[in-house]
Amino acid sequence: MTYIAKPKIAHPSLPKNELGLTTRDYEGAVSTLCAGCGHDSVTAALIQAVFELDIEPHMLAKISGIGCSSKTPTYFVSQAHGFNSVHGRMPSVTTGANAANRDMTYIGVSGDGDSLSIGAGQFVHAIRRNLNMCYLIENNGVYGLTKGQFSASADIGSKPKKGMPNQQEPIDPVSTALSLGATYIARSFSGDKEQLVPLIKGAIMHSGFSLVDIISPCVTFNDHEGSTKSYAHTREFYHHVSNIDYIHPSKEIKASYDEGESMPIHLHGGDTIVLRKLNRDYDPTSRADAFKFLRDRFNAGEVITGLLYVNEGRAEMHELMGNTDTPLSQLPYEGLQPGNDELKKLQNRYR
Amino acid sequence: MKPTDTSNPEYFHKVVDCQYGCPAHTDVPAYIRMIAQGQFSDAYMENRKSNVFPGILGRVCDRPCEPACRRGRVEDKPVAICRLKRVAADNRDDITDRLPKPPPQNNGKKVALIGAGCASLTVANDLRPLGYDVTIFEALDTTGGLMRTNIPAFRLPPEVLDEEIGYILDMGVDLKLNHRIDSMKELLDEGYDAVFVGTGAPKGKNLELPGRYDSDRIHIGIEWLESVAFEHIKEIGKRVLIIGVGNTAMDCCRTSLRLGADNVKVMARKPRGFFKASEWELEDAEEENVDIMVNHSPKEFVYEDGKLVGMKFDLMEYNVDENGGIDRGTSTGEVVIPCDDVVLAIGQDNAFPWVERDIGIEFDKWECPVVDEQTMMCARDGVFFGGDSAFGPKNIIWAVEHGHQAAISMHKYCQGEDIRDRLPMGLNLSSQKMGMHEWSYSNDYDGDARTQMRHVDLRERFKDIKIEVELGFDAEQAAQEVERCLNCDIQTVFAAPLCIECDACLDICPVDCLTITKNGDEDDLRTRLKAPAENREQDLYVSDALPQTARVMVKDEDLCVHCGLCAERCPTGAWDMQKSKILIPYAEDEAAGVQPKTAAGGAGK
Repeated sequence: MTYIAKPKIAHPSLPKNELGLTTRDYEGAVSTLCAGCGHDSVTAALIQAVFELDIEPHMLAKISGIGCSSKTPTYFVSQAHGFNSVHGRMPSVTTGANAANRDMTYIGVSGDGDSLSIGAGQFVHAIRRNLNMCYLIENNGVYGLTKGQFSASADIGSKPKKGMPNQQEPIDPVSTALSLGATYIARSFSGDKEQLVPLIKGAIMHSGFSLVDIISPCVTFNDHEGSTKSYAHTREFYHHVSNIDYIHPSKEIKASYDEGESMPIHLHGGDTIVLRKLNRDYDPTSRADAFKFLRDRFNAGEVITGLLYVNEGRAEMHELMGNTDTPLSQLPYEGLQPGNDELKKLQNRYR
Repeated sequence: MKPTDTSNPEYFHKVVDCQYGCPAHTDVPAYIRMIAQGQFSDAYMENRKSNVFPGILGRVCDRPCEPACRRGRVEDKPVAICRLKRVAADNRDDITDRLPKPPPQNNGKKVALIGAGCASLTVANDLRPLGYDVTIFEALDTTGGLMRTNIPAFRLPPEVLDEEIGYILDMGVDLKLNHRIDSMKELLDEGYDAVFVGTGAPKGKNLELPGRYDSDRIHIGIEWLESVAFEHIKEIGKRVLIIGVGNTAMDCCRTSLRLGADNVKVMARKPRGFFKASEWELEDAEEENVDIMVNHSPKEFVYEDGKLVGMKFDLMEYNVDENGGIDRGTSTGEVVIPCDDVVLAIGQDNAFPWVERDIGIEFDKWECPVVDEQTMMCARDGVFFGGDSAFGPKNIIWAVEHGHQAAISMHKYCQGEDIRDRLPMGLNLSSQKMGMHEWSYSNDYDGDARTQMRHVDLRERFKDIKIEVELGFDAEQAAQEVERCLNCDIQTVFAAPLCIECDACLDICPVDCLTITKNGDEDDLRTRLKAPAENREQDLYVSDALPQTARVMVKDEDLCVHCGLCAERCPTGAWDMQKSKILIPYAEDEAAGVQPKTAAGGAGK
């Protein structure tokens, strides 16, 4: 952490978005995480993404659980809504908020500990509901806040700073989400904002559950030799299987793309992302193929990144349940509270 | 781009915009920090080392440092550097025992300095402590040159001049007042080992227009100011026109108001933005209700019954091109503006009627001496020039720098050394890290606006020409203004081998001046940085290839506020905040034959 606040002064020619805001307007408090933490880069990528999407701060909700990762919402868009919930319970709180107001953008920030151990049940059911949210896992393989014990995402053979290497099979959030039917699944690296920012933008604009698993090195407890989630290891073994370009609705698709190597994906709200495949063998619309490809590359020791699976065809939670289009806060009182007569009618149905 | 060579003192020197912009390279951030800590005498001595006259310059310097100040690019207004210099001078204790002292015995060499202005006095200041026998010849009956004769007392009180000039004369300088040199040849025959000419640019430019010589109410600005300074002139008519809009014109108009004028107009040929006067001098004149009339080109003096009653002007119109250039203009009509007196303040020239043309001193076609810009020596060995007499009118701080350089040359010349073989500038870097999040300097950006100078009330100030208008900063104002300094000499120093490319520095930088990217040539790199890098006068700091990806760290120096957050957020110490001390050689260092030294350590020193 640092003792002084980030000076309010900014570069005079910083670009402005359609709301007339700069990235500086989307910042939060100065991070109190360790200097060099990957999570801070994720924060910067988030700021860039919501800035580029012209999101109005008051229409954004940031929800998190417990852990280093879960401090992230404090560090971006201070004017947005925020909820720092109980350990692993971010998906429930997000579900509740989303149920009440489907017009807002929901960004949940979690970690490998928060999502894959104590919150594993919450994580899988949010996917099952196809909750319309952007779910980020800042994945560093350790519990940083409690001095660096291995988490459930630690790879076999990964060495801790002290003690024995990990022997347990890791839970891979990407394979898990794929098997559960999540509709937007990506992986990236905190040290690669060029790839990460468009992936987050796509995840925010996707209708339904989107997961971005971000390798985000723990500079204090998991950035040494023998660690498989360090800056150096990730840079050595990671591969882009695809990159995406997010196309703003107001912009035409200018660049030309080769058939077979790129595919435009039209999102529900009218936005488009163009997926550029860097590996012809990879089909990001087939769950079975994607799963096989990922397992093969994983067994070969590679860290595969990019937009790994996408399915725009599945309905999100509100559509599945046939809920009202109007946020509850905007419904008239009579609509929210049908009255005693209606209640009695309902009860009579069960007599 | 090639990795930046930070071992070359020039690189970090240039980052300290104020110091780089100052002809004498005064270490501004260092003395501002001393003021912040209440070390006024130390701040004064730090100033004196480079600019010799902190009390004088703290009032009337041309301040090339202020337009250069980074704060002016980051926000709007630069740090009030000049006024802070005065704070150091106003609040210093008795520093006489810290002044350079002459050695018990002279070194047997005699030098003659012509003119007792700032250039000659600087030479004396540098050479007397080395044991030179220094004689100053001055035509007038007092010292200071134009600092005394051309700058009115309400801007620069005579006591301030006397005190700082006294420091130099008290080293045992032989001052010969009322001793005009009429022949350079005769002086050279007197056997001096070296001669320095610091006679300024004493000839005010004339304006040859019809009627110029038909009245005694038409004055040449600098001559008139001199007569006022010596109290030969004590009054002027009610309506005064000042022709010209440079700093001398500002002194003339304000002086007129103090001699009884109540309607003073400064007549400018060109529009605003093309004035020669400094912004702050214009402000001060306008505060005193001087009219500045633009686009009036003087045409003739107008008389009635043999008495000067006005002046006729062409009303001008100009075209300004997109690069800000202005054409010669066209007249759209005429106007007569009534007046009682006219003061011509349209510039001045150096003049050498007393230098024979057959003694090896060469002059160019404008009758300016041919002088080497590094050594200050003219075509005749052993004769040196400095100040306005060397290259035409500049300002006090340039004259001081000329004096320092001439002193080095004169010393080397007298010792039979090669005057071109000079000590280079040096550089000391020392880390300012005091703890995890502590630096030895005040790194928190202070958003305060520039502190306004307090002035004597308008009703009071005209009562006596000697009432100094500016009151100087009080303690609170000084304490506020010092915090505006960005400490540009506390450099961001990068060690590529330590970098793990975590982006922490990029993400925290408040002005987005850092980028990690693939290397390229400068034109290309400038388009790929996190924020636009359009100010090409400011360098890019490019690292060696980074260990993990072979990309480079690029820093655009333009708007860095030296807050140190990049170094605080760096997990490996790849970034560090290090104070750069530019080591500038003076005559005493040349005499010692070694690079100047500086105490390593805290930023306060």
